[in-house]
Amino acid sequence: MSPIRFSPSSLKAGRWYEYPVRFALGGAATVFTGLISSRYGASVGGLFLALPAIFCASATLIEKHEIRRKREAGFDGRRRGEEAAALDAAGAALGALGMLAFAMVFSVVVTRSAAGAFIGASLAWLLVSVAAWCVRRKSRSVHRRQIPDKISGHVVSRGR
Amino acid sequence: MTEYVVRFLVGGIVVSAFATLGDILSPKSFAGLFGAAPSVALATLGITVYRHGADYAAQQSWAMTAGAIALAVYSVFVCQLLIRTRLRAAPASLLSLVVWLIVAFGLLTLVGGQT
Repeated sequence: MSPIRFSPSSLKAGRWYEYPVRFALGGAATVFTGLISSRYGASVGGLFLALPAIFCASATLIEKHEIRRKREAGFDGRRRGEEAAALDAAGAALGALGMLAFAMVFSVVVTRSAAGAFIGASLAWLLVSVAAWCVRRKSRSVHRRQIPDKISGHVVSRGR
Repeated sequence: MTEYVVRFLVGGIVVSAFATLGDILSPKSFAGLFGAAPSVALATLGITVYRHGADYAAQQSWAMTAGAIALAVYSVFVCQLLIRTRLRAAPASLLSLVVWLIVAFGLLTLVGGQT
């Protein structure tokens, strides 16, 4: 069974005002990048295409949702919220590898074909991100299963 | 002025689409991939190709590679900060922007970025 799941019910965890806030943040980040490019040139502007402005907002929202869910169940939820945000950050680190692939493919292909650059770079992002996530998941599950038993010297299996 | 209105609208739509996709996917580490999706880049580079041409967009996306490496370092730093300290997500992610700036501009300086 695939470990990746769609759960549209997660959308109910959010408040209505979070959507316009995200829209405004995304728009503002794009305008900001344009302003930086026109003021300081293509290279400095290019750096800001990978600015984690959106990440800050999404990690904060994930933490808030987790805390709210735990509080509704009668727990404090603060530590759980921090852990959920940390997991999101770990995923973002892998996504950054995909973004690196996106930038490299785009810079090579765009001078030949603009449409080809967008399609190729997007595919590169998706492939590299998902592959990195799968490799990390696999290596973590192998690591969990092979915990050497210091007493007996045997390798013990642990359930997931 | 019109260019910036278009930038705002396109950026808002693309970022919201990726963020919503991240919301409905689980597990959380997989959804986190969408926190580093090139949403702002897709919106910006589309307008850049149209307004300034392919060469300018190529230069911009080449510099973006330094930003992406800085993003990877930033994400690991935020993750460690959240696990090892009692900092909340907002201050941890905002304070770590200093790390992103240092790594991004450091790499750009190393490779001799042109403006």
